[in-house]
Amino acid sequence: MSSLAQVSQVAGDPAVHPTAPAPETQKRGWTAYLLLLPGALWLGVFFVLPLVQLATVSLQSRYPGFPGYYYRDVNLDNYVSALTDYAPHFARSFLYAGLATFLAFVVAYPLAYAMAFKAGRWRNLMMICVIAPFFTSFILRTFAWSQILADEGWVAGTLNFLHLLPGGHIINTPVAVIAGLTYNFLPFMVLPIYASLERADPRVIEAGGDLYANGFTTFRTVTLPMSMPGVLAGTLLTFIPAAGDFVNMELLGPQRGKMVGNVINDQFLAIPGGYPVASALSFTLMAAILVMVFLYVRRFGTEELV
Amino acid sequence: MSATTTTPYRPSGAKRAQLWLANHFAILSAILVLLYLFLPVAYTFAFSFNDHGKTNIVWQGFTWKHWQDPCRVGGACESLVTSLQVGAISTVVATVLGTLMALAMVRYRFRGKAASNVLIFVPMATPEIVMGAALLTIFVQGFANIGIDLGFGTIVFAHIMFCLSFVVVTVKARIQSLDPRIEEAAQDLYASPVQTFWKVTFPLILPGILGAAMLAFSLSFDDFIITNFVSGNESTFPKFVYVASRRGIPAEANVIGFSMFVLAVLLVVGAQAVGSLRASRTKE
Repeated sequence: MSSLAQVSQVAGDPAVHPTAPAPETQKRGWTAYLLLLPGALWLGVFFVLPLVQLATVSLQSRYPGFPGYYYRDVNLDNYVSALTDYAPHFARSFLYAGLATFLAFVVAYPLAYAMAFKAGRWRNLMMICVIAPFFTSFILRTFAWSQILADEGWVAGTLNFLHLLPGGHIINTPVAVIAGLTYNFLPFMVLPIYASLERADPRVIEAGGDLYANGFTTFRTVTLPMSMPGVLAGTLLTFIPAAGDFVNMELLGPQRGKMVGNVINDQFLAIPGGYPVASALSFTLMAAILVMVFLYVRRFGTEELV
Repeated sequence: MSATTTTPYRPSGAKRAQLWLANHFAILSAILVLLYLFLPVAYTFAFSFNDHGKTNIVWQGFTWKHWQDPCRVGGACESLVTSLQVGAISTVVATVLGTLMALAMVRYRFRGKAASNVLIFVPMATPEIVMGAALLTIFVQGFANIGIDLGFGTIVFAHIMFCLSFVVVTVKARIQSLDPRIEEAAQDLYASPVQTFWKVTFPLILPGILGAAMLAFSLSFDDFIITNFVSGNESTFPKFVYVASRRGIPAEANVIGFSMFVLAVLLVVGAQAVGSLRASRTKE
């Protein structure tokens, strides 16, 4: 939990540690480099270096006349292909991930609020209940959703009985994908919001009521702003994995109209010679997400978080 | 906030119900959300008893047979053992390296600190599929040339990498919450820096390290997307389940998945119980 809470601080500004000891208690010297070296080397070899390799592959050119063969080059064709041929896939990824993030926020907030202010001695138990489902394999839980939402299942059955399901199906539709994404990343939304609400003083919220604000006004002007660091961290921790996911689409979604994660996965693992375009897609996805994170943190991070 | 302070009159039944709902809205919705969270787990458990044919999607009848021999299905238990081994090795290495990094980041001032922070943060903000794709290209086009092929080793390399950043932020939070004067006191009492670390600092940050290790193990054990890219012919438990999902997941996978869930919950509850027992003892 502390890790998730910490992400909000790191996300705000990588160089600032709000709770770090005063500089005079921090030591100087070479020891720091010795401590850092093994981990930094690992990240260098297994994170930075692979990304550099991915970048060089994404810039390769096609051998004319030999489909599937590429040579080393600096050519942006693969990016042009990624942005034109696969624009709908990017759009779907960001739309579905955005909707799932919003739904996760709506579902997570009351739970986080209840854990922080209403749970009392049940707080630890509720915390365990939030994390526990995630000890069952992610794939198994997603597969369970495909059973729950199946045409033979009680959800589709009830909705069909009430004539509330226009298409007649939930499974193999974008709705099922968004539902799966919402479910799968929910704890990443609950825990940071809980962490920031837990630090808030409940008396400040009570003061809102004492000053004749109604429940909604108190929530909008007092509670929600106090929990913004957690909301910020939670939305990022939900949106980023959701935008890159392909498992929910694969197990719950339609045959056509895939997300960008599915394209990257198939191009790398199923289609021979698919590496260069898939590398360009991966880089575009990463760049788009980093830009969004940056803008988002700037928009909400500097004005409301400080 | 509470209705009791301003109600000298006795409100009508409908009004009382409305007030009760307003007061209990958060807790009621929390219970609903928790039920929602557990719904797929309940399904996984229920369908582990399904006497299914080829696919395990529709309920067909009760049987104990999947619980009697979960290893009956080829590859299920082998993949579980691989996952446990990968998880154990990755957790130990990532926890050691990450703890050292966290100590450096909190306790020292040095050039390149901002860059180190970025290096630690960016892997957490990178979608798994991008990391998996990048690792696959370097493993296939670089590491294969020096005799390292896709398999157990490459899975472990990748898992250590993506667990590392999470270990650093978890341990860092713990170190930051410590009072530095405790260590200064040890130094004032003529403890050497090494003694201070092992007798004072380390025991104090140990809960953070253990929490980080648990987080690392659960991240590693449940990882599918990156593993799918870098595993070659090796199979981990999530990969086994995913591959099986094409033709219908056997109920034996539900048995294994649910058992791991029970084990993990018992471990967490046990750890909490030991923690609160210790806390109450030190108070006495």
